[in-house]
Amino acid sequence: MRIVDCGTSNPQSAIRNPQLDMVPLSWYLAVSALLFTIGAVGVFIKRNAITIFLCIELMLNAVNLSFVSLSGFFGDVGGQLFVFIVMTVAAAEAAVGLAIIISVFRNRESLNVDEVDTLKL
Amino acid sequence: MTNLLLEWVIKTIVILLILVTAVAYVTLMERKVMAFIQMRVGPNRVGLGKFHLWGLMQPLADGLKMIFKEDIIPLQANRFLYIVAPALSLIPALMTFIVIPYGDKITIFGRTIEMHVTHMNVGLLYVLALTSVGVYGIVLAGWSSNNKYSLLGGLRSSAQMISYELALGLSIVSVLLYTGSLDLVEIVDAQAGFHGLGWNFFRYPLLILVFVIFYIASLAETNRTPFDLPEADSELVAGYHTEYSSMKFVMFQMAEYLNLITASSMATTLFFGGWNGPFAGRLPLLGPVYFTLKVLGLIFLAMWIRYTVPRFRYDQLMRFGWKFLLPASIVNVIISSTLILFWR
Amino acid sequence: MTLEKALFIVFAVIAIASALNILLQRNPMYGALSLIGTLLSLSALYLTVRAQFIAAIQIVVYAGAIMVLFIFVVMLLNVPKEQPQIEKQKGLRYLAIPFAGAMIAEMFFVLRSVPPRALPAVTSAIADQAVGTTWSIGVGLFTGYLLPFEVTSVLILMAVVGAMVLARREGD
Repeated sequence: MRIVDCGTSNPQSAIRNPQLDMVPLSWYLAVSALLFTIGAVGVFIKRNAITIFLCIELMLNAVNLSFVSLSGFFGDVGGQLFVFIVMTVAAAEAAVGLAIIISVFRNRESLNVDEVDTLKL
Repeated sequence: MTNLLLEWVIKTIVILLILVTAVAYVTLMERKVMAFIQMRVGPNRVGLGKFHLWGLMQPLADGLKMIFKEDIIPLQANRFLYIVAPALSLIPALMTFIVIPYGDKITIFGRTIEMHVTHMNVGLLYVLALTSVGVYGIVLAGWSSNNKYSLLGGLRSSAQMISYELALGLSIVSVLLYTGSLDLVEIVDAQAGFHGLGWNFFRYPLLILVFVIFYIASLAETNRTPFDLPEADSELVAGYHTEYSSMKFVMFQMAEYLNLITASSMATTLFFGGWNGPFAGRLPLLGPVYFTLKVLGLIFLAMWIRYTVPRFRYDQLMRFGWKFLLPASIVNVIISSTLILFWR
Repeated sequence: MTLEKALFIVFAVIAIASALNILLQRNPMYGALSLIGTLLSLSALYLTVRAQFIAAIQIVVYAGAIMVLFIFVVMLLNVPKEQPQIEKQKGLRYLAIPFAGAMIAEMFFVLRSVPPRALPAVTSAIADQAVGTTWSIGVGLFTGYLLPFEVTSVLILMAVVGAMVLARREGD
């Protein structure tokens, strides 16, 4: 949704950008893609469950950067609202994921994901 | 552009110098207040050369003593984190002071200078963010010292800080509902009515309860007074700063007193009108004077509580934070929003 | 080289370097600290696009709460460093490099083939709006996006219950 009118509250609090953006949008998207790639490679390469989890959070943040930069360039607040919700979901997922990791560690004494394979044939 | 940059740099340097001096003399104030509450006198002998200064040079003597102490790094400690942790604790504590307004505009040499370093329109969230980041110094100090007492103290301290951050944030929401802005400069400007006595504390009587919740939560955030189990002397040796000595210990102590000054400054800005007071509009230099007096009053209140009230046990502390303070602040938000809905 | 471009480059380099550091560190504590560095520099990048509220919330929620949770878990479990040992699935490590190369090549291809004029011009009317401020996010959250907001609160409740059940010891 577009916010067209500055509204009656806090019109002077809005930071006004008098000129067009100087940093091209493609730079932001490039950084986001690089971060996403690093996160994805980390999920492939690493064996420690917590490090894999960190790389998943990195991927979520890369997507957040894309959303926020696009929202800033096109004036649509929906991007930032979606980032808000993604952050909340990431918090919930981190809580549950870490609880799972704690349970796994309690049972196996090891966080190596290669060793969690009792369900394999 | 360079004029603006120069102005920021000069203001930041001035604030830093004032802060460092203020921290030193707050330690002296603490010792004197403690002494007078305990029916004794406190440090009153340290002077300078042949000037008998009634103990006013005590912080200088303490600082010199601390510098000359031996700087020990335990053998099994994680060196990098051990050295970085005090800085991680001190830097966010220093950074909060750039958004707080200290006074009205003044005119020097034909330039109008505003008495705040930056005018962030999310200033309040910035302060909350810095208190969140300040937890890391304690956590990492406790972990990197390779000491059971440090680890337990660090974990308990940071768990306590995280728990009370929620009550702190929600009590701030009540003030926000009345003011309608996250900008600290606007919050203070909105309290300028009634000849400078239109403070939030007087205009909206419900805010007295909110102030109590905010103050208790900020005492828990800064690890002070009844909530200082993780670093109390008779408990876990000294908690997260057990293994620290010399300048690193000084940095932790500075961070703790700076957090206390920050909490008092925030309470002043949100509830007591910041730099507002009688005739503050006409004499611009009166603004910082009023601000300093109010902050000192709140710091005195914190010290008064410290030397009067016994400390909480850890489980009592966590239960108080989650089961009493958090629901109380949520109820406050509901009541405040209902009042605004029907009375505006 | 304006100030905005210089700031962007500084913070982008810090973000990418910290992200690479997560891959290079064996100790998960250092990995978590590198991720905190990435989050803080991403927050600075959000500020360059005038998204002030999201930048502050990123520090409060992500760097101030979620990462503290990670560090707690790393400290409590006393996670050992990764030992170099024989993996059971060697193929995955060798698959990662061409995968990364393919993604980066694809990114260059996409960014190069879209001429800047194809994007809608950012007119001053659009750039003038108070998009990043708390006010606009508040309005959006409680009018147009009310349903996701409410669903998110149910999600958080589910996460709280789930985490409590999973982390409970047997016999509690």
